[in-house]
Amino acid sequence: MQAAVKREAIAPWNDPRAVPLIRFEGVSKRFGDFTAVEHVDLAIHKGEFFSLLGASGCGKTTLLRMLAGFETPTAGRILIDGQDVTAVPPYERPVNMMFQSYALFPHMSVADNIAFGLKQDGLPKDMIKGKVAAALDLVQMGRFAGRKPHQLSGGQRQRVALARCLAKEPKVLLLDEPLAALDKKLREATQLELVNIQDRVGITFVMVTHDQGEAMTMSSRIGVMNAGRIEQVGSPVDIYEYPGTRFVADFIGAANMFEGTAKGGAGAVACPELDHDLSVQGAPPVEAGAAVTVMVRPEKVRIGRDRPEPGLNWAEGVVSDIAYLGDVSIFHVRLASGRKVQALRTNLHHGDDSLLTWDEPVFLGWHPADSLVLTR
Amino acid sequence: MNNRGFALYTALALVYAFLYLPIMLLVIYSFNASKLVTVWGGFSTRWYGELLQDEQVLGAAWLSLRIAFLNACLATGLGTLAAVVLVRFKRFSGRALFTGMVSAPLVMPEIITGLALLLLFVGMEQVLGWPDGRSMTTIVIAHVTFSLSFVTVVVRSRLAQMDRSLEEAAMDLGARPLTVFLRITLPIIAPALAAGWLLAFTLSIDDVVISAFVSGPGATPLPIVIFSKVRLGVSPEINALATIVVALVAVAIAVAGRVMMGKENQDG
Repeated sequence: MQAAVKREAIAPWNDPRAVPLIRFEGVSKRFGDFTAVEHVDLAIHKGEFFSLLGASGCGKTTLLRMLAGFETPTAGRILIDGQDVTAVPPYERPVNMMFQSYALFPHMSVADNIAFGLKQDGLPKDMIKGKVAAALDLVQMGRFAGRKPHQLSGGQRQRVALARCLAKEPKVLLLDEPLAALDKKLREATQLELVNIQDRVGITFVMVTHDQGEAMTMSSRIGVMNAGRIEQVGSPVDIYEYPGTRFVADFIGAANMFEGTAKGGAGAVACPELDHDLSVQGAPPVEAGAAVTVMVRPEKVRIGRDRPEPGLNWAEGVVSDIAYLGDVSIFHVRLASGRKVQALRTNLHHGDDSLLTWDEPVFLGWHPADSLVLTR
Repeated sequence: MNNRGFALYTALALVYAFLYLPIMLLVIYSFNASKLVTVWGGFSTRWYGELLQDEQVLGAAWLSLRIAFLNACLATGLGTLAAVVLVRFKRFSGRALFTGMVSAPLVMPEIITGLALLLLFVGMEQVLGWPDGRSMTTIVIAHVTFSLSFVTVVVRSRLAQMDRSLEEAAMDLGARPLTVFLRITLPIIAPALAAGWLLAFTLSIDDVVISAFVSGPGATPLPIVIFSKVRLGVSPEINALATIVVALVAVAIAVAGRVMMGKENQDG
C-alpha cells in the first residue's frame, strides 16, 4: 500500500517540461499482411512502472519486443534516453528483458546465469562476483547460487531471471507476462514484491500483461491496447473511473452501458430503452443528436425495492441472477428492454443478502456524477 | 500372473535370440581352433593372432577408422549448419527446395548415389585434374554427402525443440550472435551433435555399396576387404575381426548412451 501512495506522488507525465525516457514515435509493425502494431505514439518516464495491457494478439508483446530490439519497426522510430535505437541491435541497447519462460540457460548454474551478462560487458572478475552476489541478495536467492535452473521451483526461477536482468543495471527493464507461470497465491505475493524491488532499484519497468488486476496493482500508468493501437494511457484510477472509449470501459472491470442520443444540454442523454433521460454530471459537451453511450460501474449502482430519490438516474427491472462471491454479491437485473444491468453490493453484515431474492422487482439508481458519456 | 510373466519372458528371450543369436555364433566361432568355420575344433585364440599379422586387414581397418573419423567431423559440421539454416531462417528463396535436397540422400538408393559420385569424380578428374584417382579423399567426400543428411535430421529436431527465447535472452544480455551460438546454442544442442557424430561414424565405417564405387586400389576400406575375403570362403580370421568390431561398437554405444542420459537428466 505504501508503494501505491509513493507512486501517486510522482507523476512526471503531467509535467509538460519533463523529458520522457522512452518514446515511440509513429511506430508500426507489419508481418506480411498482418498489422501487429499500428502507429503507436507513447512516452514513458524515468522511474515509471508502465504496463501494456490487452488481450492476446493485441500487439502488446510485439511493442515490447521492438523496445528490446528483437523486432524492427516497419515505420516510425523508438528513442531511449534521447538516443534513436530503432536500428540498434538488442545486444547494444540499455534495456534488459525478463522472458515469460524466464529463459534461464539450462547448462549454467544460477550464479553463471547472472554473471553471463556481466561477462559480456568485459567487467573484471571480482567486480562480477560482487554484482552477482548483490543481485542474488536482492531477490533473496543467495543460498541457491550453485544450483542449476532445473533444480529450482517456478518462483525461484522467476527470481533468478529478475536478478539476471537487474545485475546489468539497465535503464529500462522489460517484463513479458512475468507472473503468468506462477500459481495464484505466489503471483499475488510476487506482484507486491516486484513493486518493492522496483522502488529500491529505481529502474524504469515496462510490463506486458493480459491480467488487468496485475496491471492495476503494480503500475504507475497503464496503456490499454486493442488491435495494434493504444486505446488509452492513464493511471489505474483514470483507466477504471474515466475510460475514454467503450472498449476500455468494457475491457477493464465490468461496465453497464446504455445507448442513447445526446440532447445538447449539460450531460443530458435521451435513452429510448429506458423511456426517460439520463443525466451525466461533468460530461464534456457533445453535439446534440450524436449517438453516445452512458456507462456506469456496477459498484456505483444502488439496488433496492424503493424508487430512488429524485435527481438520481434510475431504472427498474427484475433480479435474474445473484452471484454470491463472499465479500460482495453481484445482482444481475433484467430491464424491460431485455438489457441486463449489474449492481454490486458489499456484504457488510451476516445474512445481509437475504433481503433481495430472485425474480423480485427492484429499482436501480446511480448519481449523475458517477457515470460517464462515451462517444467512441 | 505367473503365466503372464512366463509368457512375457519367453517372448523377450525369443526376441533377443532372434536379434543376437547370429552375432553370438559369430563370436563363439571366432574362438574356434578348426580352420573350417562350421566345425567346432576346440577353443583357441589363434585367429586373433593371425589377424594381427595380416597387414592388408590391419591397413584397411586403420584406413576405415580415419575415413569414419574425418567423415563424422565434416558431416557434423556441415549438417549442423544446414540444421541451423532450416530451423532458424524461416524465409529465404529456395527454402523448400533446400529442405528436400538435404533430406533426399536419406531415401536415395545407395547404389545410385555411388554411381553418381563415381561419374562425378571421373568427370572432375578429366576436366579439373582433381581428385587424382579414387583415394581416401573421394571416399570421405562420398560418405559426407550422405551422412550429413542424418546429422541434419538429428540436430534439426533438437534445435526445433530448443526454446528460442534462450538465444534472445543471451543477446539481450549483451552477447553478440557468434557468442550466443558458441556459449548458448552449441552447449544446449551438444547431445544431438554427439549423437549425429556417432551416427555418421557408424554409417561410414560399415558402408559397402558407396565405398565400392569410389574406392580405388590404393585405398580399400575394411568392409570392402571383408566382402572380397568372404567371397573366397569365410575364414575364422574374419570372425575374429568381426568380434572385435562388435565389441568396439558395443562399448561406444554404452558410452554414448551414458553421456546422453546424463545430458537428458540435466535438461529435465
